[in-house]
Amino acid sequence: MRRAAVMQNAAPRETPLLEVRDLQTTFDLNARVSIRAVDGVSFEVHAGETLAIVGESGSGKSVTSLSIMGLLPKDVGRISGGSIKLMGREISRLSDREMREIRGKDIGMIFQEPMTSLNPVHTVGQQIAETVIRHEAVPRATARQRAVDMLDLVGIPEPQRRVDNYPHEMSGGMRQRAMIAMALACEPRILIADEPTTALDVTIQAQMLELMQELQQTLGMAIVFITHDLGVVAEVADRVVVMYAAQVVETAGVMDIFGQPRMPYTAGLMNSIPRLGASRHKVRLRAIPGTVPALTSLPNGCRFHPRCAFATPSCSAETPALEDAGAGHMIRCARWRELSLVEKAAS
Amino acid sequence: MSTPLLQVHHLRKHFPIRGGILQRVVNSVKAVDDVSFEVAQGTVVGLVGESGSGKTTVGRTVLRLESATDGQVRFDGADVMALGASELRAYRKRMQIIFQDPYASLNPREKIRDILTHPLRLHRIGHPSEQDDRAVALLEKVGLSRDHLDRFPHEFSGGQRQRIGIARALAVEPEFIVADEPVSALDVSIQAQVINLLEDLKTDLDLTMLFIAHDLGVVEHICDRVIVMYLGRVMEIGSAADLYTNPRHPYTRALLSAVPVPDPSKRKKRVVLKGDIPSPIDPPSGCVFRTRCPMAQPDCASIVPELRPVGEGHASACILTS
Repeated sequence: MRRAAVMQNAAPRETPLLEVRDLQTTFDLNARVSIRAVDGVSFEVHAGETLAIVGESGSGKSVTSLSIMGLLPKDVGRISGGSIKLMGREISRLSDREMREIRGKDIGMIFQEPMTSLNPVHTVGQQIAETVIRHEAVPRATARQRAVDMLDLVGIPEPQRRVDNYPHEMSGGMRQRAMIAMALACEPRILIADEPTTALDVTIQAQMLELMQELQQTLGMAIVFITHDLGVVAEVADRVVVMYAAQVVETAGVMDIFGQPRMPYTAGLMNSIPRLGASRHKVRLRAIPGTVPALTSLPNGCRFHPRCAFATPSCSAETPALEDAGAGHMIRCARWRELSLVEKAAS
Repeated sequence: MSTPLLQVHHLRKHFPIRGGILQRVVNSVKAVDDVSFEVAQGTVVGLVGESGSGKTTVGRTVLRLESATDGQVRFDGADVMALGASELRAYRKRMQIIFQDPYASLNPREKIRDILTHPLRLHRIGHPSEQDDRAVALLEKVGLSRDHLDRFPHEFSGGQRQRIGIARALAVEPEFIVADEPVSALDVSIQAQVINLLEDLKTDLDLTMLFIAHDLGVVEHICDRVIVMYLGRVMEIGSAADLYTNPRHPYTRALLSAVPVPDPSKRKKRVVLKGDIPSPIDPPSGCVFRTRCPMAQPDCASIVPELRPVGEGHASACILTS
């Protein structure tokens, strides 16, 4: 149902909530060595939409989110090119103080480990109220009531009592909920969730995914969901960006990317996951050979070619561009017009 | 039918919690509580469960890396808990473990050559002059080569380190391997490589395995039989095919329902369990799962359900599934 609503909105495209264009993020490892951890990444996110960014370690998915939030490690990482527009406003060159205004107010954030966003020496209520006061200049009592309301909204029982808990007095699942409550306290337009369920047990993960989807419907926010888990992507995403070695290699709607992956890496990822129920046929997993390249020693040409079953000599010589195959499906592969990966991916 | 290679009977492992100035035992973590199962020669048995289920403790106790509080572990007929020091060494040669974290389980200061020949020297396997050749043979078996002998662990990727961990476990030619979350720290594309490797080795070397994991897809793929644990107890046990197609215990059903399916056309309404996993220090009375069970009855608080057969080689510990 949510998808249908998004489709309708899609016709007259309004300004995207978040528009990332040709983003370059560079890490200076030492005086001589720099690596480009994000290399020409573009995507946009619209109101009410969930965009998933998928990739393995070193793909640049987390650095992309840190770049958007202005949280790159000082003196090491920097945005070296491109633009990030939040509701039409360029935010990639703002000062730390200006970014603090935006974080928590327009962009909410949740992370894998709740204790990275929760402060152990303040109660959960104080922390949520603090966020509200910083961005909205309301009286303390109002802010405290907002904290209670938010804890209630994220499904924490007895919010009146829990608002005075310290993070360590809560269970892991409850802390995760408290972190979400804090991220959403000022009703941000965008929630950036970086592997928010990766450390959780599956039954708790299911609770969190359900909660995030309910909150999205209630509050109408956009979600950027960063994950390595294709199962989670299939459950939550409207659109999917697949990253490999710092670049976007494929972008499409969630049905297309799972039903018709057209970049060999995406198809390879789909083939390499053991699916529930599939082993009754006892098929061997189709693994992708080799390893993810280090950003310090990237292969020439297509960055995936040394591991690609479809590579030709020209793949090691020429760097493929991200090309539009129509209907919002973008592919970075020199051979996308001739390859048929659907059959391979579907079994 | 021959005796199973591994037999575990009523295994209990309680970790004491000490407190007060006298450091008296004030309570205990009931990590494993009355667990029984068997592993037949040449099969792979999966142990699944969420945090605090006790699956890792079962694996470690079976290898006597932990002592048992109560119960019995028999390997090839011998009582593992009663073994003396020299017998234990002989037994350790027959059983090995593969750990989850390939970064923490290899000594960063040792070359791969030393990592692989250590167990050979320890168990006096082969003449010292042959040990290099054996190390090379092991590397080749796991898809690495002679060129890797003089390198250090940090020079390898996560997947390659896990291959080295596997090679080390295989050095003493064990019959039985406990694999504790062997692929969960690996990237998706690498995970499939290591799963395929484990399957090949199992067939080639006729290994028997206890495969501990939280990923239900991986477990279904590699295991013949599956044991589902929750808070230190076995909830359900059965062949992988039965358990996944016809789960009988409400916990197994909820667990399978919670797994996100990588197919957006099959988004489903899940059985979402309420609340958190209770603490194993103070587990619920009766059935440990009852506090989160969508089907719990008043009786569940007083009766500890026994594992009862619900099919051929399939048993469930729930008073409602008999």
